[in-house]
Amino acid sequence: MALSTSTTITLAINGEKHTLPVDNRTTLLDALRERLDLTGTKKGCDQGQCGACTVLLDGRRVISCLQLAVAAEGRAVTTIEGVADGELLHPVQQAFIELDGYQCGYCTPGQICSAIAVIEEHAAGWPSAVTADIRPEAGPPPLDADEIRERMSGNLCRCGAYVSIVRAVAQAAEAAWQAPERQDSRGGSDAAASARTAATA
Amino acid sequence: MTAMTGTVAAAGTVGASRTRMEGRAKVTGAARYAGEIPFADLAHGWLVASTIARGRVRSVESAPVLAMPGVLAVLHHQNAPRLEEFAGMLGPDPTIQILQNDRVPHVGWPVALVVAETSEQAREAADALVIRYDQEPHDIAFSAQHPGMYTPDDSPLLVTETGKGDIEAGLAASAVVVDEEYTTPEEHHNAMEPHAAMARWDSGRLEVVDSNQGPFAVAQDLAKMFSLDLASVRVRSEHVGGAFGSKGLTRPPVVLAVMAAIVTDRPVRVVLTRRQMFSVVGYRSPTAQRVRLGADTDGRLRAFDHQAASLTSTIHEFVESSAGIGRVMYDADAHHTSHRVVRLDVPTPSWMRAPGEAPGSFALESAIDELAHKCGMDPIALRARNEPAVGPVSGLPFSSRNVLGCFEEGARRFGWADRDPRPGAAREGRWLLGTGTAAATYPARVAPSTAAVTAEADGTFTVRITAVDLGTGARTALTQIAADALEVELDRIQVKIADSDFGQAMIAGGSMGTRSWALAITAAATELRAQLALPGDIPSDGITARSDTAEAIGALARQERHSFGAQFAEVAVDVTTGEVRVRRMLGIFAAGRVVNPLTARSQLIGGMTWGLSMALHEEAIRDQASGAHVNADLAGYHFASNADVPVIEVDWVDDPDTHDPTGIKGLGEIGIVGAAAAIANAVWHATGVRHRDLPIRPDRVLLAGSRGC
Ligand code: FES
Ligand code: FES
Repeated sequence: MALSTSTTITLAINGEKHTLPVDNRTTLLDALRERLDLTGTKKGCDQGQCGACTVLLDGRRVISCLQLAVAAEGRAVTTIEGVADGELLHPVQQAFIELDGYQCGYCTPGQICSAIAVIEEHAAGWPSAVTADIRPEAGPPPLDADEIRERMSGNLCRCGAYVSIVRAVAQAAEAAWQAPERQDSRGGSDAAASARTAATA
Repeated sequence: MTAMTGTVAAAGTVGASRTRMEGRAKVTGAARYAGEIPFADLAHGWLVASTIARGRVRSVESAPVLAMPGVLAVLHHQNAPRLEEFAGMLGPDPTIQILQNDRVPHVGWPVALVVAETSEQAREAADALVIRYDQEPHDIAFSAQHPGMYTPDDSPLLVTETGKGDIEAGLAASAVVVDEEYTTPEEHHNAMEPHAAMARWDSGRLEVVDSNQGPFAVAQDLAKMFSLDLASVRVRSEHVGGAFGSKGLTRPPVVLAVMAAIVTDRPVRVVLTRRQMFSVVGYRSPTAQRVRLGADTDGRLRAFDHQAASLTSTIHEFVESSAGIGRVMYDADAHHTSHRVVRLDVPTPSWMRAPGEAPGSFALESAIDELAHKCGMDPIALRARNEPAVGPVSGLPFSSRNVLGCFEEGARRFGWADRDPRPGAAREGRWLLGTGTAAATYPARVAPSTAAVTAEADGTFTVRITAVDLGTGARTALTQIAADALEVELDRIQVKIADSDFGQAMIAGGSMGTRSWALAITAAATELRAQLALPGDIPSDGITARSDTAEAIGALARQERHSFGAQFAEVAVDVTTGEVRVRRMLGIFAAGRVVNPLTARSQLIGGMTWGLSMALHEEAIRDQASGAHVNADLAGYHFASNADVPVIEVDWVDDPDTHDPTGIKGLGEIGIVGAAAAIANAVWHATGVRHRDLPIRPDRVLLAGSRGC
């Protein structure tokens, strides 16, 4: 029996279903870029070391160059092309433009996808390596510059745009905190207020 | 903020912050880089690189690979299209005479290209391709004492030696002498976008999409190499994902893509892997630099000697011009600068952000700091005492030189006056704290360019120029410049760039792009306004005026034209682990007229981030036995990540250059110059230990600390 080297899969990308045969070796990154013409997701190293290929898989950030397309079957993929709400940019995208959180733009889609996940991970109370108090009852740490730097460090930027990236993520996080549904889900408004102050410090 | 430079008309847009024209495209993923443009029937080429450092290819066993699924061709030195040897921008370039003979000059040299229907097939076939070599002994060991060191001839890129006065007598007569060797390692650009090229034949024309800094120059090179009319070659580079010099010349991917398109008669794309980028797109040579300074006790220099050594490959000579910086910065009665280079079995180095000035400033600005300490002087005061009135070597006047203004403003904002000059005096728990400073300079050059500006019938204007936006903000800056030159609002201007069909223009490099292109656009706009002043309507195809700045540039007065700056850094050094953390950086620059403060700040901060990265992290390491890198990837070759970079502040002081119509000096390189020295000087101030070898790794800090000082 001949071994099949390709598989027909269905990927749910940015809310749209795509059915296509793929070479079993095809990474999610190459499926997006080479097969589906979604070239917004970038390839900086193809070996999990730069973060340029970051997408959201079931809402969590992953590096798509280390993910086989066949393994993404049935999971929800969000790429940079699916981040805006139609013509209305996501607050992270808007902040990157306003604060110049990029130069060449090649790391930018990965940075933006990562930043969206960072803001959500933080809101969900996930600590990072620089979080001083990681006891659950301590609540989420303020999303200050050090927290953002640490949490965004899986995304390399050779243009050296980090200083503005940190500001842009802080500004977008601030916008997220001010969105009413976010304050509801956070419960205590004191914590929300302190996170706001920290993000702009 | 400090006052903006130059004269800005009330309604002008130059000098005002503008977000990037292509901002939306970049944050939505719509901006397409060279490897991302779809073509029907596209085939994929995969480079096969040599695994030996020196020798000959004995055989390329392509038969089994040609039988693999999807494989269309295996190109190698016996069957690849022949290339004309030609003289490009900088003379003949053997680094792109690839697949032409069986010689292997270094590990990573292109020895074959596998072309297949899909990239997966091409990659597997390339991995499976067996190449047999006749290996020869290699030598990759760089040091200033290497017996093969020689003094290169002068070239358009390099004045090898300068000298006046008697150095030895000057040193002997000096009350204070510094005589030290400084080294910097092999460093790589590592633009985030790997080099990519697509080539195809389109109705008798060669159409190329390529990731480069100068599509016109690449089109010219390809025309010569493949014996084509320049008019039948078109090269475009709409968006480029960083370059830093590595895309400044025609590189192997585009040559291979054209070869494969010829052989297969299909569109072919060739994209380098990250690992391949370490061997075929240039890098910064390691340097070993001896700096000898002699001064009176009041800090005045009597003797200045900077000797720089670097390496090059066996096929091409490139010299890292590290000793050039002192020809601008400091004068002394005895003043010598010189370069030597050695040919080793390694890839050919090339321009990398502030070539020469980046490693040169590390050595020189460290040595100046050492001299200040020995003289018991503040390092800024010592620099002020040695401020030259004219070019120390040329004797020419400076078009403008406001380095002291930078130090003054920087010292004020950094809080320099409160600094305790004694090293090792400040401690915070296990962290030793220190601050350091260094000067920066980079030449403000300009090169001929052409541009076309069209007044459209609908009242808008179209600018066409073969400029490239590598992330510098060029597209936006040129729109602002055109708007001011035409005295119309920004939204009436469309700037089209990065298409060789627009004609000759300076490449995006050497901090020369914006100034060179601005001159051409301004000239064409001026000519167009003269035509529009004549009576008559605008025809449907518009009215176009063209410019060529060759003559105007030839007529510019000979002067010392440079940007200057002052770098400041604060570091914390962990005495238990040897880790160095930069806590803050400040750079104040005198860099001519700033077109777009928003993107200018980003570019300068980017340069300083590179300086931090150079000081603490970057280092490519070769294995002596194989001649290959041991860390040719982004995990092994660490450049600064987000968590490494603190708050970096940037600003500028007035620097009017009245001799140049644009007043622009360029910002691409100056940010890195002196930044590593400021950090190294801060590490000395924190610990009392002088680090003369980059990067300042934890093991070096610990070792130096344990030796005592
Ligand atoms: S391309 Fe996936 S991490 Fe670099
Ligand atoms: S913007 Fe160029 S790599 Fe980040």
